[in-house]
Amino acid sequence: MKIHEYQAKQILSEYNVPVQRGYVVSNQHDISETIQKVQNDFNSESVVVKAQIHAGGRGKGGGVKFCPNYKNALEASQSILGMNLITPQTGKDGKIVNQIFITEAIDIGKELYFALMFDRSKNADVFIVSTEGGMDIEEVAEKFPEKIVKAWISGETKPLRDAINKIIESLELSSIKNAYTFFENIYQCYNQNDCSLLEINPLVITKDKKLIALDAKVDIDSNALYRQEKISSFHDKTEEDPLELQASEFGLNYIKLDGNVGCMVNGAGLAMATMDIIKHCGGEPANFLDVGGAANVDTIKNGFKIILSDPNVKSILINIFGGIVRCDRVANGVIQAIKELNLDVGVVVRLQGTNADLARKILDESDIKLESAETIEEAAKKAVAMVS
Amino acid sequence: MSILLKKETSILVQGITGSEGLFHTEQMIDYGSNILCGVTPGKGGQHATKNNLPVFNSIEDAKKKFKIDASIIFVPPRFAANAILEAIEQKISLIVCISEGIPVRDMKKVKIALDASSSILIGPNCPGLITAEESKMGITPGFICKKGSIGILSKSGTLTYEAIDQIVNIGYGISTAVGIGGDPIIGSSMIDILKHFENDSETEAVVLIGEIGGNMENEAAKWIKNNFSKPVVSFIAGQTAPKGKRMGHAGAIISEGSETAEAKIKTLKECGISVSKTVSEIGITMKKLLGEK
Repeated sequence: MKIHEYQAKQILSEYNVPVQRGYVVSNQHDISETIQKVQNDFNSESVVVKAQIHAGGRGKGGGVKFCPNYKNALEASQSILGMNLITPQTGKDGKIVNQIFITEAIDIGKELYFALMFDRSKNADVFIVSTEGGMDIEEVAEKFPEKIVKAWISGETKPLRDAINKIIESLELSSIKNAYTFFENIYQCYNQNDCSLLEINPLVITKDKKLIALDAKVDIDSNALYRQEKISSFHDKTEEDPLELQASEFGLNYIKLDGNVGCMVNGAGLAMATMDIIKHCGGEPANFLDVGGAANVDTIKNGFKIILSDPNVKSILINIFGGIVRCDRVANGVIQAIKELNLDVGVVVRLQGTNADLARKILDESDIKLESAETIEEAAKKAVAMVS
Repeated sequence: MSILLKKETSILVQGITGSEGLFHTEQMIDYGSNILCGVTPGKGGQHATKNNLPVFNSIEDAKKKFKIDASIIFVPPRFAANAILEAIEQKISLIVCISEGIPVRDMKKVKIALDASSSILIGPNCPGLITAEESKMGITPGFICKKGSIGILSKSGTLTYEAIDQIVNIGYGISTAVGIGGDPIIGSSMIDILKHFENDSETEAVVLIGEIGGNMENEAAKWIKNNFSKPVVSFIAGQTAPKGKRMGHAGAIISEGSETAEAKIKTLKECGISVSKTVSEIGITMKKLLGEK
């Protein structure tokens, strides 16, 4: 789960990690007062106005403005709050800015890049740092790979100390007084809050030689939310795709794509493989949808509803491998769901596994307009033919 | 022969009294798995399944009565890591964890304990393993398997079934099928399982199924090139998956270029491994490969 910058900074502050401070605003009426409060509380005439959306590249899209005085800050805040922000990461439709974070301005000496995440290849957490702060890390990796330093930690005390010392050395931070505790506290914050990513870009060395987190991007392991009550309350539903949100409420795993051949599959791997074969047969998949182990009438009906909420969908491929679930039951579920929903798009059904032959017979003999197929490829070809 | 799991392997079920655990324990018994008993803390002394298997409070208690070779875990995700740790502590040789949704932080602890032990962990978030016509530990539908000489190794559940089905339909059979799971941290990697298949005299060839996310397939490809003597057919799911989106499995997310299906397919091919173009062609690709030999 992603959280906003201001929320991430709130958590970091609890671990005594110095951050660029500010207040969040979600209402035009509160802008003026908040700017003054930031100016007074943090003794900073200049402020920075930052759009709070779950996507990077906000500055490039005009969502972050440095404002030397109150008047600039007011103008910037009024225009950014409510704007449709398009960044390299939002997609072409952009995202509406529902909240802005108005912060103190920091006297920047030098900008660094910092991230902490889990490295799957090494089965260890890794600090990733670079002297090229402010830049996209992917861009740095491509242009100056030698400027990226990695230090792995495997959860015990000594490896953490070694990793932090390696970073301090490689970034030449030995003259920075708070460097060691800064990284140590960040690691505790990352670990205790079940973060899957904690990125600070830029991490700033101020002119008076202190480390401060100017930005903060935090992703939380969704599987651990049950024990992270406070972070769970940070969940911003307006940031989610409404269809994906609705699907998750149905207990379905759905991701919208740009094509017109919808698909409904049991199992994540098979669902991806089904999307791939649609493309291979000359079509474009409209979605990823894993209905999980229990492919009953209700899950199939909900699956249809979600898929059909996307107006681009012109045909639907159902691909179920019946292991524990019997295919004849799935077939009856599909027929019942189509009847109840009055479906008017073409449907191709491929069922394999327990009682697959019986299931095909049920499908072929039903008075519902649908096609059955024996292999996934045959099913994909039929579903693609329906849209072309 | 087979790998890891045999007919006589004696099995304990952790979480035997839960609805999932109970259902699948009966399925496993029907398949012929040698299941001796179960563990559910607080329910020691009870009996479960139609065979009235004894339930113990802990593995330690169960071990006083039975010799246990292997444990299969159907415990809710928030307790599953501790269940694995208990099995490691009790020196169970083979541990299979089906549970989906274990936090990564918990699995880091498990991984440290596992590395310091001699236990083998399959999963979590996996369909488990099945040795055709002998025994199964997990949720793979048993009836699709016929005994034979093809090993299956996969990150995904239903793709494992699909591969088994295609291999059987073209006239071959299965030695052992292992679903290793699609989480960011898993007990056994592709290379770990490939080593077992290499040493198994009855496995003649292997189907290797991967997906987007992580670099395990790339590492396996390079390892196969230098160390694996048997034919391999691979398939990678997720060629149409968008970057940065989690596709169902917790680990199925592209965060860098080498983690895409395209990059993995390229690496596999460069290492001389046959790649099935689509999911429908896994069986036929194997047939072609073995026919050439």
